[in-house]
Amino acid sequence: MTDLDLSFTLNGKPVRLHVRPDARLLDVLRYDCGCTGTKEGCGEGECGACTVLLDGLPVNSCLVPAFQVAGRSVETVEAVAPEVTGPLNRTGTAQCGACSPGIVVMTRWLREHPEVLQDATLRQFMSGNLCRCTGYDSVISGVASVLDPKETAGGEGTSA
Amino acid sequence: MKVLQPDNLAEALRLLVEPDGTPVPIAGGTDLCVHWPARDLDNTRFLDLSRVAGLSRLTLTHNALEIGARTTYWDLICAADAAKAFPLLAQAARLVGAIQIQTRGTWAGNIANGSPAADGVLAMMVYGASVVLQSVRETREVPLDEFFTGYKQSVRRPDELIVAIRVPRRAYTFEWLAKVGARRAQAISKVGVAMTRSENGWRVAANSVAPHVCRCRTLEAALNAGRTFTSPQEVRSLLSADVAAITDLRSTAEYRERVLSRLIFYRLAELDKPSGHV
Amino acid sequence: MGIGEDRPRVDGLDKLRGAAAYVDDLRVEGVLHGATVRTPAARGRITRIHFDPGIPWNEYVIVDHRDVPGKNHVASIETDQPALVETEFRHKYEPVLLLAHRSPAALRKGVQGVRLEYEPLPAVEDPLAGLTSDRIQHGPDNVFKRIDIRKGDVNAAFARAAHVIEGEYRTGAQEHAYIEPQGMLATSGPDGVTVRGSMQCPYYVLKSLCAALGRSEREVRVIQTATGGAFGGKEDYPSVIAIHAALLALKAGAPVKIIYDRQEDMAATTKRHPSWVRHRTAIDEAGRLIGVEIEVVMDAGAYVTLSPVVLSRGVLHALGPYACENVHIHGEARLTNSPPYGAFRGFGAPQTLFALERHMDAIARRLGLDPAEFRRRNLLRDGDRMATGQVYRDGVDLTRLMDDALEHAAYAQRREEFKRFNASHPYLRRGIAQATFMHGAGFTGSGETMLASEVWVEGHADGTVEVLTANTEMGQGAFTVLAQVAVDTLGVKNEQVKVAVPDTHRVPNSGPTVASRTTMVVGKLVERACLDLAAVVDGVAGRSFSEKIRAWHQAHPGERLVGRAKYKTPPEIHWDDATYQGDAYPCYAWATYVATVEVDLRTYGVQVTDFVASQEVGRVINPTLARGQIQGGVAQAIGWAILENVVLKDGAMANTQFANYIIPTSNDLPPIRVFFEEQPTPYGPGGAKGIGELPMDGPAPAVINAVCDALQTSIHEIPLTPERLMEHLDGADHD
Repeated sequence: MTDLDLSFTLNGKPVRLHVRPDARLLDVLRYDCGCTGTKEGCGEGECGACTVLLDGLPVNSCLVPAFQVAGRSVETVEAVAPEVTGPLNRTGTAQCGACSPGIVVMTRWLREHPEVLQDATLRQFMSGNLCRCTGYDSVISGVASVLDPKETAGGEGTSA
Repeated sequence: MKVLQPDNLAEALRLLVEPDGTPVPIAGGTDLCVHWPARDLDNTRFLDLSRVAGLSRLTLTHNALEIGARTTYWDLICAADAAKAFPLLAQAARLVGAIQIQTRGTWAGNIANGSPAADGVLAMMVYGASVVLQSVRETREVPLDEFFTGYKQSVRRPDELIVAIRVPRRAYTFEWLAKVGARRAQAISKVGVAMTRSENGWRVAANSVAPHVCRCRTLEAALNAGRTFTSPQEVRSLLSADVAAITDLRSTAEYRERVLSRLIFYRLAELDKPSGHV
Repeated sequence: MGIGEDRPRVDGLDKLRGAAAYVDDLRVEGVLHGATVRTPAARGRITRIHFDPGIPWNEYVIVDHRDVPGKNHVASIETDQPALVETEFRHKYEPVLLLAHRSPAALRKGVQGVRLEYEPLPAVEDPLAGLTSDRIQHGPDNVFKRIDIRKGDVNAAFARAAHVIEGEYRTGAQEHAYIEPQGMLATSGPDGVTVRGSMQCPYYVLKSLCAALGRSEREVRVIQTATGGAFGGKEDYPSVIAIHAALLALKAGAPVKIIYDRQEDMAATTKRHPSWVRHRTAIDEAGRLIGVEIEVVMDAGAYVTLSPVVLSRGVLHALGPYACENVHIHGEARLTNSPPYGAFRGFGAPQTLFALERHMDAIARRLGLDPAEFRRRNLLRDGDRMATGQVYRDGVDLTRLMDDALEHAAYAQRREEFKRFNASHPYLRRGIAQATFMHGAGFTGSGETMLASEVWVEGHADGTVEVLTANTEMGQGAFTVLAQVAVDTLGVKNEQVKVAVPDTHRVPNSGPTVASRTTMVVGKLVERACLDLAAVVDGVAGRSFSEKIRAWHQAHPGERLVGRAKYKTPPEIHWDDATYQGDAYPCYAWATYVATVEVDLRTYGVQVTDFVASQEVGRVINPTLARGQIQGGVAQAIGWAILENVVLKDGAMANTQFANYIIPTSNDLPPIRVFFEEQPTPYGPGGAKGIGELPMDGPAPAVINAVCDALQTSIHEIPLTPERLMEHLDGADHD
């Protein structure tokens, strides 16, 4: 197999690499670009831990062949602003953290595209990101507090 | 492994007839890339459609909706007019997987992959869609309900590419789709059903109950003849001519056929009693 | 402040930014990738190993059992499980050969290029099925462990009972489905072998490495990396991967990383024990339990591993929070030719509590009592004796705790409302029900005494304080909670305290991170070690604790300032392992959970539409983290109850994909409403009890009881998949 000569934009900066032709975008990000924030949870597009933005749309990077990425723009968790991660931290969105990068990328995308919620609830919107730790309440309240900073921590339906 | 990356359709079709062997067309990759590293791809050649110009269109005319070979579920969800004209397509698009899948998965890929559980195919079939196949030799249009010939088998020849899907516009008095997966979001269909009624009559399609997504013509004929039902079992005895469910890792044949008939029965019952629970 | 402060978790921002380093995120020069060749059947004898001649084997590092320098076993409670199969194997996916290669792609080809020829042997699939002699593989009867608990005179109680009610209950295996699959990185050098990876218990890994490598604890070092979820799944299995990675690294003379992908992780690693529980209950005219017989069988899988202690916690929770003077509980953990079942949050208690709380509802229905009223008549009151004779003295009013939970869930109103709804709807049925239960915190019986855990708190020259324990952060919030305990005890600022990364060359053995013991037992040791440190600097001049530490270091250059604490059994706690009598746990957390469900009779699907989780947990150290523990446990338990179905083939999991093993998404769960009652215990820091496992115990019976309420039936088995509910309704008398 001959290497693939791959150029694309990663978090706003151009990169040029030689990768295996059968590499996935996930592999390129993690093992060639050092962006290990993007996680592999299942390798089958079910868990969403490897979510990145490809030309501005969320995708599971485990299902994207690297050869389709040439010339395109990829944004990962490493490029997400503190305005997103801060509120998520306060509501307890991260526990073990393995699903967190995917949730952070989805939250960032939603913040930039709030119109998506016109026909979907937050619970539907986040259903592509499996989390085994939180039971999702702190994820949902975290995303809500990023979208509306007035939203108090603790959020949806919980009391203590 | 080798990747062919044409930038126009003529080139893509030419590559399909190259003497080196037929490459595998790849668009969104949501089926082909599952467990990708575990696959032995050494001798596989891929025909990457991602750079072919003009395949992402979604054209709504007075007569039809035309879906391109690389048009994604997300494209349709975002196209308000198309989604409104074909609500079951929009519904299927949302049910097919999470947003991360909707942004990559394509309607044509849903057909080409040939899964018996395909949700997009289910919706397209009850709208009377047809598949536009093109090769270097010819272009032909095949009704979607005649496209599949068996499990993951179809009338598409190796030199042909699905270049478009045409969905005719009709006035519908009834449009309904239900999917039963193992959970509410992003689950492969255990059984699914879609029904429409237009001046051409009823169309009923089901998934995950036969080697491929199929029409339920016996049931359609009964409905067209004005038949009504007093129990799910009556629906089921008609469906037994149309479907042949199997037991696998995800569900059982009995469950699939029974739930299919119950979904249909209760939905039809609600039609008869418009004031009842919907 | 400190205890009680709603402090964001200390490891939270790094995780959210993607900066936390998990084992597969570590970059190591010259690393080789390792993989495992596994057995293809449930039981057999390997006759030949065939290597595909088309593969350049000289490029690979190949390890088999002959390369194990120490003992070829995974040291645990017993030593029956080999690190690598020699000839005979007892389950599918058992490790036989290890391969390493620089290229992951070449490695995969290598694994595919090895074919094991074997002679099959008769396998045990069902622990309840009769045994033939050719299936006996352990002791005289394949029973790994038997436990018997007796109190009072059961026969006399049954003789005078007004009602005798029996029931059999079954629970299925459950996959942990942590999002980060297991993995280890081993390096070897002149100083010895170092293994880093995803784990709960560094000292367990150390012990098993020393045994297999034949080296001392000085020559082996174990360091935990950020761990992406565990839930018990990374309690014992990491020892296996650590041994494998170390064997490859030693043979290769290069660092070796073994990272399981999802399919391998699901196929090869442990699951929750499937269980079968039979209840036979004697009740008097007043609706009181006067005699209880409980028989528990757990499917342990092919090797002993942790099954004896899982069984122990299971039988010790089998009578739940109820008073009864005549009790006989008998439990067995039996061999089957499945991959060993292992630790999973709750550790046997969810299985026996599912049976108990389902049975309590079934009895109430038979007696024509509201299930809440039936429980009210039988809940423990101060001074009552539990099954092992332990006197209930927590001072928690369990009836009030239950009634408050029912109130939060609008139980009485909903019962009435749902009766009307169910009578009128063509296919939807709604139900509401509860489970009342407890979970013992810390190791069972004399476990903590034998562990003799130790904690250090070090004051550094820069005025900061470091908490040194072997307890791992795996998502549950241990680092944050232990830091809060130190902050509270020493009266210092949050930023002056840090918790050490568990590294067996730096931290003392404070025991494993299991059994809801970290906050309570280890937290108490942190509190005491802090007081020990404070005593040392007591007379030193300084306005703040930090200043005192700095001043001490100036006066003692080059010395270490360490406060220490070692576990001491509280004098009032007594336990007898031989008779299973005494204080099984120093204290318990208590709870009532109320589930509201809707069943769709078109699809036989169950949706949980509301969930109230109300519990007494001593003192809450961090409200957001505590709530997160409860909600996460509830979600896992709802999954276990209605979604998560491990399909076994040849004794091993066949549906090894997230597409086919279904865990809940955000869209499958309602908001989980959490309520805390706080009555401080003397056994935990600031009065805190352990809570990690508690939320796994109650949701399954609460949800299934609610389904039974909705459908007026009695269901005895989980997971209640739609297919199983359909079959049940076909066969049930809708009594």
